[in-house]
Amino acid sequence: MVLGNTATAGKGQIVIELDNVSYGYGRTALFSGLSLKLVPGSFHFLTGPSGAGKTTLLRLCYADLRANSGKVRLFGQDAGNLTRDEVAIVRRRIGVVHQDCQFLDHLSIAENIALPLTVADRIADAQNNLAELLAWVSLGPQAGQRPPELSGGERQRAALARAVIMSPDVVIADEPTGNVDWEMSQRLLSLLIELNRMGKTILIATHDLAMIRSVKADVNARVLRLSRGQLVQAGADL
Amino acid sequence: MKTILAFIIGDPLADGAVPSTGVSARLTVFVAAAMAFLAVFALALSLTAGRLADSWADDLAQSATLRLPADLDQTNAALRAAVNVLQTTTGVASARVLEADEQRALLAPWFGPDVPVESLPLPQLIEILPDDTGYDVAGLRARLQAEVPGAVLDDHGAWREPLLAAAQRLRLLGWSVLALIGAVMAAMITLAAHAALAANAQIIRVLRLVGARDGYIARAFVRRFTLRAGLGAAVGAGLALLVLQAMPAADVVSGTGTHFGFVGLDWIWLLAIPVLSAIVAFLATRVAASRRLKEQT
Repeated sequence: MVLGNTATAGKGQIVIELDNVSYGYGRTALFSGLSLKLVPGSFHFLTGPSGAGKTTLLRLCYADLRANSGKVRLFGQDAGNLTRDEVAIVRRRIGVVHQDCQFLDHLSIAENIALPLTVADRIADAQNNLAELLAWVSLGPQAGQRPPELSGGERQRAALARAVIMSPDVVIADEPTGNVDWEMSQRLLSLLIELNRMGKTILIATHDLAMIRSVKADVNARVLRLSRGQLVQAGADL
Repeated sequence: MKTILAFIIGDPLADGAVPSTGVSARLTVFVAAAMAFLAVFALALSLTAGRLADSWADDLAQSATLRLPADLDQTNAALRAAVNVLQTTTGVASARVLEADEQRALLAPWFGPDVPVESLPLPQLIEILPDDTGYDVAGLRARLQAEVPGAVLDDHGAWREPLLAAAQRLRLLGWSVLALIGAVMAAMITLAAHAALAANAQIIRVLRLVGARDGYIARAFVRRFTLRAGLGAAVGAGLALLVLQAMPAADVVSGTGTHFGFVGLDWIWLLAIPVLSAIVAFLATRVAASRRLKEQT
């Protein structure tokens, strides 16, 4: 099964670790002294008000940004010392569902979903996994359509399919339910919970607390709140 | 060979990840075609000049002329003395007195075919051909001065060397123009590649986000530009070939008897132009992509 965990991090190894990390745009510090550890198989929600830096924190987690200070370790490797090619290899172990999906509009949905395999020169694997994945996210009939032709929910599901096609150790989702209705958000979350049950580490950034509350009973999730540059564990208010 | 074939055939899925940008594609093909067209003529110039230089060097080095002035008293006695000197000189294979008809033929381009050479005060010419060892020019000149005063030994050096130098410079010029054409093509393709990479910045970002290495991203651009340059150069070289074939016969144009264009194995160069163009494009795009991807983090 393509979604099965074929390359999980070693037992006990922290898959993503932020150690005393600071980041800011220009002279404005977004956060400082921030630490976070994601162990294999864990499920985290990252909440916080708009502009708190949730997306920035996620981008640090998949080496799209480099910390101004502190250490970001991805699968035990210092992200600050990785070459561009090494970053590419690390990203194959981290599936990301971007807020704006980040599709290539000139390719079909099927080709977009298969893109991580294509760039890894594993196109043959795509033939086997694609139909299964399209069925999993219920996008079989839309396989040949271009991204702009799909609805918001369909795009998000396609983005999720692309994020998991490499069978990554970690799935990071940035506001995956931001542009979809309640029913679709529940459907997307159930897919992410299913992935977590398969052993994937999940990190979801969302400002939708109601959505978190709705799945608390289904998954053993930690909820972290990013506010005023500090990351704290959310308490009973959820 | 297998790698080159795989490069040419490519991977449709991988190629599809980066869309073809119309302007840079057309620009690359046009530049390659125009540069190949010019390169064919520069090459033809260089090769023709080379053949001319070789021909002059070979032909003229093998002969010399002894000239007995027309006003020399007792020309026949002087002629006999001169022939005697030449025949007894080591290294001279033959000494032949030019007949009136031959003298007339030499003058025909200037005075027409009916020039009355017998009534003109023309110098008597003796053609000297050396043997394989050659003769001592200074020694022969000294002997002639002593035994046939007024006779002038012309070993063609005075005009052969500047001509040779001119032909060799022409050949060098041809190669320099070729190098310049290669450099211009590399520069133009570099610009087109930079433009294509800049136009596809968002696509490159997405490819990186899904785990593409720089080599993978560069490969899509490099392959495309290499094939376009090769194709464009083949078209340009083909057109130049047609123009070369349509040109008037060589000796009519140059009067040298040397064919302007390609002779024998020279044709291999014509086939090499598209290949060399593709290699130039491959290197230029690779360097451009490497730099651009380094800048675009």
